[in-house]
Amino acid sequence: MNLFLDAFAWLLDPASWQGPSSIAVRIGEHLFYTALAVLIGAAVAIPVGWLIGHTGRGREIAVGVAGAARALPSFGLLFLFVMIAGVLLRGPSTILVLVLLAVPPILAGAYAGLEVIDRRVIDAARAVGMTEWQILWKVEVPLGLPLLLGGLRGGTLQVVATAVLAAFVNLGGLGLPIVEGIALRDYGRMLGAAMLIIALALLLDALFAVLDRVAIPRGVRAGRVTDVRTASPRRRAAADPPATTEKETV
Amino acid sequence: MIEFRSISKRFADGTLAVDGFSLVIPSHRTTVLVGSSGCGKTTLLRMINRMVDASSGALEIDGENVSSIEPVALRRRIGYVMQNSGLLPHRTVIDNIATVPRLNGVPRAQARARALELMDTVGLDRAMARRYPAQLSGGQQQRVGVARGLAVDPNILLMDEPFGAVDPIVRAELQQELLRLQRELGKTVVFVTHDIDEAFLLGDQVVILEKGASIAQKGTPAEILANPASDFVASFIGAERGKRALHLREVDGRRILVDGDGAVAGRLVEADSA
Repeated sequence: MNLFLDAFAWLLDPASWQGPSSIAVRIGEHLFYTALAVLIGAAVAIPVGWLIGHTGRGREIAVGVAGAARALPSFGLLFLFVMIAGVLLRGPSTILVLVLLAVPPILAGAYAGLEVIDRRVIDAARAVGMTEWQILWKVEVPLGLPLLLGGLRGGTLQVVATAVLAAFVNLGGLGLPIVEGIALRDYGRMLGAAMLIIALALLLDALFAVLDRVAIPRGVRAGRVTDVRTASPRRRAAADPPATTEKETV
Repeated sequence: MIEFRSISKRFADGTLAVDGFSLVIPSHRTTVLVGSSGCGKTTLLRMINRMVDASSGALEIDGENVSSIEPVALRRRIGYVMQNSGLLPHRTVIDNIATVPRLNGVPRAQARARALELMDTVGLDRAMARRYPAQLSGGQQQRVGVARGLAVDPNILLMDEPFGAVDPIVRAELQQELLRLQRELGKTVVFVTHDIDEAFLLGDQVVILEKGASIAQKGTPAEILANPASDFVASFIGAERGKRALHLREVDGRRILVDGDGAVAGRLVEADSA
């Protein structure tokens, strides 16, 4: 338990929160790298995922590429990029590594979200006269949102956990106290930083959980309750049509 | 009037779904295409709004070849009702009905007002306007589907087994509603089903299809029943058995009709008293 006391001592020490290397700055850097990587990853992966999901083409390639990208060793990749691109470009190199990490889950979420939509719904949308763009924006995107958010959530958590690597190319972030801790044999500092990263990940996860509730239109959620038996009693009450059904409307 | 002129359709995998099909579908009448699964009846229906394009032959609506009409524009002026309603699960009933008018640029308020009227037309309580499809019964969903099909007041209404997935009681109810609607609206309805009873009930013209969408017989239900063109038709409509094979039996000096299963079907009375 001594170690945990050391960790809390470091976290609670006012000196840790002051100056240019304060914990607050590290958190800021860490979040900045995470946000940037997820945004770039999303900008790349979402359109590609939607394209694959809408056309149904290129799925095998995407699955293959995404699977391979997942298996890439981020740490090794970072040093490879820095060596190829040069130390001056270590910022972009770091972001690129994190983007590569963020892309597979977002890509999977984007195309899976479109893929799971009932084909009959899309067929009907086309049959009543929606253009392909209208099918994408008015039908597929809203209905695919839950899985897309799931993909963003997974990608964000992976990136926030891996952004520690930034410290190894001297870019700060919450990995820095860990690197310093190794050098100084200050295990309290290492553990404190690790705990902060975990807390950050949990916080972001909670944020996505909230987003999941707020951003998904009511009907999409109502649409999930196709099998009322598996729904909660309250949801079931909402999904069950009251007694004023067929007979009275005739 | 919709006219199929020696239409053929070969799918990419080589199967010939439709082979030299010709048919005239009169306006303001219900034409039912009936046949077993895989006979190509749905393919024929979907050619009318270009969800499927013919490989050869010509399909004309009121003299205009559909291949010269842009598919999206064509579909927006033809009502389409499918099995399982095909409603958008993330939109309320009222917005589902208003979908196509909204695509055509009708202002939201106006489209919604019209959607409410259509809910009356198809016998849906207006209180359901704000519900989502998942919160409706199967029969109610089909009613919404029909209302959506009618939303742009199309001349043509295509119905692809619209009552195939609801229970028999609701189906009978919906069939009666459709007959009532058709009396009021007089659309050119093209209806696809595999249920011959439904075909005879709804169709002014019934077209019985065999494999490859070849016409086994077409005519009014009475014509077909009176004179089945082939053994296939006779067996398909069940002319020799069950409740279509009625015979007379004398009971206490009155003539009673009994069906092929031996069940009492009714009395024989003079036509004008019916």
